[in-house]
Amino acid sequence: MDIIAAQLVNGVSYGMLLFVITCGLSLVFGILGVLNLAHGSLYMIGAYVAYTLTTQRFENFWLALIIAPLIVAVLSLIIELILLRPTYHLGHLSQVLLTFGLAYVIHDVTSIIWGSDVLSIPLPPFLSETLHFFHQEFPAYRLFVIVAGVVLASCLWFVQEKTRWGAIIRAGLSDKEMISALGVNIKLVFTVVFLVGGYLAGLGGVIASPILGLYPSMEFQTLILALVVLVVGGLGSIAGTFVASLVVGIVETFGRFLVPELSLFLVFALMAVILISKPNGLLGKKVMKH
Amino acid sequence: MKRKFYCLVLAVLFTVLSACGNSAIQSTTKKEEGSSKKDGTIKIGALLPKSGVYASLGKNLERGMALYFESIGWKVAGKDIKLIVEDTEADPQVGLRKARKLIDQDQVDLLTGTVSTAVAYAIRDEVDKRKMPFLVSHAGGNDLTRSKRSDYIWRSSFSSWQIGYSLGQWAYDHIGKTVYIAAADYAFGREVSAAFKEAYTAAGGKVIGEVYPPLGTNDYSSYLTTIKNADADAVYAFFAGSDAVKFVQQYEQFGLKKEKKLIGSGWLVSEDVRKQQGNAGVGTIASIFWDYHLDTKENKAFIDAFERKYNARPTIEALEGYDAARIIAEALEAVGGDASNPDKVVEAISNVQFVSPRGPIQFDKETHHIIQNMYIIETNLVNGQAENKVIEVIEKVKDPGQ
Repeated sequence: MDIIAAQLVNGVSYGMLLFVITCGLSLVFGILGVLNLAHGSLYMIGAYVAYTLTTQRFENFWLALIIAPLIVAVLSLIIELILLRPTYHLGHLSQVLLTFGLAYVIHDVTSIIWGSDVLSIPLPPFLSETLHFFHQEFPAYRLFVIVAGVVLASCLWFVQEKTRWGAIIRAGLSDKEMISALGVNIKLVFTVVFLVGGYLAGLGGVIASPILGLYPSMEFQTLILALVVLVVGGLGSIAGTFVASLVVGIVETFGRFLVPELSLFLVFALMAVILISKPNGLLGKKVMKH
Repeated sequence: MKRKFYCLVLAVLFTVLSACGNSAIQSTTKKEEGSSKKDGTIKIGALLPKSGVYASLGKNLERGMALYFESIGWKVAGKDIKLIVEDTEADPQVGLRKARKLIDQDQVDLLTGTVSTAVAYAIRDEVDKRKMPFLVSHAGGNDLTRSKRSDYIWRSSFSSWQIGYSLGQWAYDHIGKTVYIAAADYAFGREVSAAFKEAYTAAGGKVIGEVYPPLGTNDYSSYLTTIKNADADAVYAFFAGSDAVKFVQQYEQFGLKKEKKLIGSGWLVSEDVRKQQGNAGVGTIASIFWDYHLDTKENKAFIDAFERKYNARPTIEALEGYDAARIIAEALEAVGGDASNPDKVVEAISNVQFVSPRGPIQFDKETHHIIQNMYIIETNLVNGQAENKVIEVIEKVKDPGQ
């Protein structure tokens, strides 16, 4: 029994890790309709900046947790203003191509700056401790990730559903022209959302990299994970992303526990099953026919 | 409209997936002036990954080669040495294309390199058919000097079998009577752990369970919980690169380190990952064919020269490149700088033997594989840093060749 409970904790913590990685992508996609394939790259920049800050500047994980995402947010602000804005009227394909190209550019730039060696981020002492329950041991950092995921999800939910900003964002999503006519600067809304998405990507990078590590091509692995969670959860729904993260995390953890031979494709099999039974994802919005 | 977009998202997902499979980035090929064979120059083609996950291994192999060639002034038997490096991207198809480019366009006299065994297998037939001497400087897949053996392929690095087998008896004698095996799920990981299992069970030990997480697994928590609850004295692990960092760190974090001794191949605690693991790797026992702290005068000289030139510690791949360059140079010296007859070149390679920084090495003429010492190393804490120490030498380990 203990081992099942322990695996459940492992699953939840892995799920929350996935949520932290995916929520920025989901937010930008749900509101802007832009599939940001440079999301993994922004994640990677967050992780590398945090590495530089923790090992060479302040040697303080918490400062890195605050500063690194802000730097990524500024970078995504520049990307939105200069590159992305002119493409809004061109349709999805050009945005996909743009952000995918950007991912390659960032890949090469980061490998020039940080090299191709494997790196890792040192944790503050009390987070690197081991905690005991269910007669098992857990790294404290895993529990920190669970807390971070839940806090992040609550904040996103609260802003989107309970504040004026959230109302404007949701209104902009369903009818751009109308909300502009009501006197809201929709361009500004888009810029802010993309900036927040970049911030979340950077935050994901800082939180996830002590577990996932830093190495060349990490951004593409992260992007795949995030896209899988996005598709399973349903496009454009933070709640869906949250549920999907948990489902994917728990299924993958128990899959590795019960049938380790299948671990390579288990998560993709899960995605296929969900797409067949619920083509819009777990909590996806209804497909509208125009 | 929306449904179309949804399909687009899926299409993109699979594109990214397939692109990542072969480590996406394309890199431009180095332009070489002229393809005609000039007199007085010996051309050596090196097939190394310069992009993707193996990029740092390729970089170190190249550094090692350059270091040796520089020490002899880029000259052998009065002829200039020219090293042409091509990026294989660790992709078999790209590797084959680049091998053909080196043979046809650059008209190289010798090939060396390949980090990935899959690339080595992919170019095996081409090399064999074209009678191109090929000195394998890293790829360790057993079959390259067994069922896929060729007259023109010789290997100076290691075989999976040498790595795994060498720890079996020692682990039974000194560590415990039962182990759990955890290894990355690809040919190399499976071959190394199979060789360990062969030696360990032959000694009388028992393998309680085996688990093979996919290459590049993010989170080992689930596997570690399973292993922790199994009744084994020790865990034999094969992981390398970022996997080794993650596995060794998580092994400590989930509390396995104080219950079960971690043993494995040297890549678990090698130069390129140990610093990033913090102190998590301390206490690990591993088997490998070279270590930074190997106390011989050849090794000291090699390390000094490397650190002076690159201002960084050499990794085991740098040593492999250094040795491969020396073997090539000595073989060419033996044929008087005349590389026109490939049979004479491989004959000369087979006769090369010297004391390398890793210890005495020579080739097994039967298998074309290197005979070398294997070292059991232990990771200790020295002045707050995790460092390896050689605790036992197993001399002249020879691959059985079948």
